Amino acid sequence: MPNMSLTKVKMAEQEPNVRNKNFLEVAQGYTLEQAMEEAERCLNCKNSPCVGGCPVSVPIPQFIAKIREKDLEGAYKILSNANALPAISGRVCPQETQCESKCIRGIKGEPVAIGRLERFVADWARENGIANVETAPKNGRKVAVIGSGPAGLTCAGELARMGYDVTVFEALHVAGGVLSYGIPEFRLPKEIVNKEVENLMKMGVKIETNMVIGKVLSIDEIFEEEGFEAVFIGSGAGLPMFAQIPGESLCGVYSANEYLTRINLMKAFRGAENCDTPVMHSKSVAVIGGGNVAMDAARCAKRMGAETVYIVYRRGEEELPARKEEVHHAMEEGIIFKFLSAPTSIEGDDKGRVCKLHCVEMQLGEPDASGRRRPSPIEGSDFTMDVDTVIPALGTSPNPLIRSTTPGLDTNKKGCIVTSENGGTSRVGVFAGGDASTGAATVILAMGAGKTAAKSIDEYLKNK
Amino acid sequence: MEKKYQIVLKKPLKPDITLMEIHAPLIAKKAKAGQFIILRVDEDGERIPLTIAATDKEKGTVTIIYQKVGKTTLALDELNEGECLHDFVGPLGVPTNIAEMGKKVAVVGGGAGCAIAYPIAKALHEAGVEVDLIAGFRNKDLIILEDEMKEACTNLYMCTDIGDYGFHGFGTDRLKALIEEGNKYDHAVAIGPLLMMKFVCKLTKEYNIPTTISMNPIMVDGTGMCGCCRVTVGGETKFACVDGPDFDGHLVDFDEVIARNNSYKEFETQKKEEYICRLRGKTNA
Repeated sequence: MPNMSLTKVKMAEQEPNVRNKNFLEVAQGYTLEQAMEEAERCLNCKNSPCVGGCPVSVPIPQFIAKIREKDLEGAYKILSNANALPAISGRVCPQETQCESKCIRGIKGEPVAIGRLERFVADWARENGIANVETAPKNGRKVAVIGSGPAGLTCAGELARMGYDVTVFEALHVAGGVLSYGIPEFRLPKEIVNKEVENLMKMGVKIETNMVIGKVLSIDEIFEEEGFEAVFIGSGAGLPMFAQIPGESLCGVYSANEYLTRINLMKAFRGAENCDTPVMHSKSVAVIGGGNVAMDAARCAKRMGAETVYIVYRRGEEELPARKEEVHHAMEEGIIFKFLSAPTSIEGDDKGRVCKLHCVEMQLGEPDASGRRRPSPIEGSDFTMDVDTVIPALGTSPNPLIRSTTPGLDTNKKGCIVTSENGGTSRVGVFAGGDASTGAATVILAMGAGKTAAKSIDEYLKNK
Repeated sequence: MEKKYQIVLKKPLKPDITLMEIHAPLIAKKAKAGQFIILRVDEDGERIPLTIAATDKEKGTVTIIYQKVGKTTLALDELNEGECLHDFVGPLGVPTNIAEMGKKVAVVGGGAGCAIAYPIAKALHEAGVEVDLIAGFRNKDLIILEDEMKEACTNLYMCTDIGDYGFHGFGTDRLKALIEEGNKYDHAVAIGPLLMMKFVCKLTKEYNIPTTISMNPIMVDGTGMCGCCRVTVGGETKFACVDGPDFDGHLVDFDEVIARNNSYKEFETQKKEEYICRLRGKTNA
């Protein structure tokens, strides 16, 4: 008899007023008992609608069945065969719009906590030193992967499992891409990213850091001089966009990418005494935008000691693009949401440092092309916030380094690499996926694209 | 066989300026004048950008010249030949567009900026351009690379602020004198402290000489991801790491860069002082 509780088994979390002062992980994961109790909520539907909602097609009911049987190694095997980075996606996937949104249990009550169970299984495997690193016999054929973010790592893992000789080129000094520089420690501990990368290396994947492709090597040189037979480009999102309002070059204005990079990648979260990379000690911070990156920046600012942290978003709460859980966590931690507000200018003091953010109130009209209601300013509703830091978190535009050095690689007018459904580009043997081709999206979509491209690369090389 | 990012040569040029040759064959093969690298000294170190001073494709080395101004450059200077940097990435940025500067170019270097002006003068000179290289220093004791610079240009004009060597005055003053003596420049290049570049640009604007400057804002990733190095050029936001570091000096908002580069002054001073204390402690122990 399944567990018919209408709600998910709760997962322990650090108290909001404790965690908003530290960088330790917020959500603490299920115990074995909790996981087994939650696993009992799965009805093991024959048509498994949840699987259709998963970009990497994890056989969800099957791995959950193994948890019920207390066969965690079996569960991990099923999960990790389909998903190269389960400890990561179990933490950062927007399950509520993917697998869990299709769960039959969600019709009446909460869906099965698929994400929490995924995390539980992956964490159990890591803590018990179990890794799924078997590969097909090595075939000696070389594939290059550019970028070691979620798309690149997934693609590399899939190809290594098929027996290919995979080298990942990473521009920064550590692997992980956005998992390392962007997503903060309290949401995704770097130890977990490192472990997943280590597992890939056990499968024979080579990771070359400090390699800016398009500069030190071009795609053509990767083929001609380095002997690679196929290339996957997963170079990520690129340059931050700004609000295009006066004052964005004042000291104290950070793009969310810069702010998060200083804190996560460069370790400013350890405090000034333990880190050489500075970040401003802000008292009052306004983050502009309503996505996951905005939530991460705001929650980091709070943890770095800011007394007041605002999210300034031009639409309403319903329209926030961030994961529900992130919004909920941010609110619990004392982030103040200024909905229906748009910034108009940033004011600086005589030293060129931010002192005020000028805004205007907005109203929502008819839905626009994105399906969300279009905001417009309310005349005469201007207001001012006293802040010393402003963090635009408004998305990114693709990095120009690869497209500008790869003749024949088609990009769209935004600069994103044009790809077919299977990840192929306009260049033979060159595949792409993740933010580099879609523009800023989620970790799991990038992982899905990496997996799809790996299949296409395999087909391409088999027929070559 | 050299190890990754090994220091194959370390040569102090002045008490506070050092030249290093780093083993980095892929970068050496690709780098062009005006590009830069980013390095980290150790696992927890910050990323700092340094312009490439020279490369040797055969030896597979990249030459950097740095001034010991903060903790990271002091820590870098603690490393010796045979030791390795933790990270060394490049070549970054767009190479200086020497092909379109015309037949006669004035290159003005200020202080340690001469280490960057020198490879650009050299590249121009090798391309057959007539190069007047104006090298300004505070005083005679601070002069670096004089012999190398002499080889890299048509005419070398040394200047010192206090007048104990060469022309008495700033590089800008020397350039002005040269222009007034009737020298016609198709282009000017200014590299050095922000204020010096600002004043060179002010002068060349009066004489309508297109001027390229090499921008040195604060950077973090240096690969077009974080946006820290943004500079306003002609009212537009540009990123020094991928759009630069060279920009049209007549369009750059220098005051903004000057303010932004001071963002972390206190932190930087404190880190430097702590590090110096630690070094002293080591020596005394």
